[in-house]
Amino acid sequence: MELTEQEIERYSRHIILQDVGGKGQLKLKRAKVLLIGAGGLGSPAGLYLAAAGIGTIGLVDGDVVDLSNLQRQIMHSTATLGQPKVESGRKTLSAINPEITINAYRQLVDAENILPLISQYDIVLDGSDNFTTRFLVNDACFFAKKTLISASMFRFEGQLTTIKPHQGYPCYRCLYPEPPPAGLVPNCQEAGVLGVLAGTMGVLQASEAIKEILGIGETIADKLLIYDALDMKFRKVGRPKDPACRSIASLILP
Amino acid sequence: MIRVRIPTPLRPLTKGQGEVETKAGSVVEMIESLNSTYPGIKDRLCDETGELRRFVNIYVNEEDIRFLTGKDTPLKNGDEVSIVPAIAGG
Repeated sequence: MELTEQEIERYSRHIILQDVGGKGQLKLKRAKVLLIGAGGLGSPAGLYLAAAGIGTIGLVDGDVVDLSNLQRQIMHSTATLGQPKVESGRKTLSAINPEITINAYRQLVDAENILPLISQYDIVLDGSDNFTTRFLVNDACFFAKKTLISASMFRFEGQLTTIKPHQGYPCYRCLYPEPPPAGLVPNCQEAGVLGVLAGTMGVLQASEAIKEILGIGETIADKLLIYDALDMKFRKVGRPKDPACRSIASLILP
Repeated sequence: MIRVRIPTPLRPLTKGQGEVETKAGSVVEMIESLNSTYPGIKDRLCDETGELRRFVNIYVNEEDIRFLTGKDTPLKNGDEVSIVPAIAGG
């Protein structure tokens, strides 16, 4: 696999960076990244990953574009209202970068379909909107040894971490052993979320994904980043491996 | 004085304050003291047996108390405590 002349021009601002170069750009072209959720986080992450030249991007989402999505889900537009999010997203990403492959999966992930799906990708970005999916994605990536970049948000606050237990780092269950009981923690629909927060967190996810693919910089796999948009504070706390982690014993997956 | 960072989901209980102060000598004392000033906060942090809920983390400075001495983790003047619940919005 090589870069075409057009690609060399398109990615010239990357290629000129010492830490990326032609070699790094080729790594991005060979990379396959799966976005779980084509919503608030998946939108900005998808836009930048497509622009960056990630060769294959998968979009998984079962929803259609709703008017209330457009305050933050910038991969979609008024013109694509009512369309499946993965189709709307595919059009947007293809328009930014027709050189890349975009696979659209109009479905929810479940214990049956998740392993075959993620096995086709190198890196998974979790931008889902519920705890069940987040624990399922963690467990599946744990089994499949896939690096997972996880971001989440609530009102004015976002969290970000990279999960790669196959490289000796903690998993999501080491951080949060169990999901809250259903109904205890309100979701974005009930609690609201600052639209631009999705941009901040989704773009950070894309940035960490690109760093993991290129193997540059410092990973956030042993930290949790907490961003408070109101205080304009980014804080990092330690995220050690939990020796009592039940990541195998309590798996959602069989 | 010890500063305690209150996460967005718990701020309705602290009248919107993102940070409160305490003089508690340990995390468990801090929870009791917060609960007397802001009733209801203990229920959000601890289950019915008084154990910390498994989707809420408390950090003293940058360390998760589950990897220190749990709720008995001592606090001293100048410490910063962060309460960090799991959030799932995407």
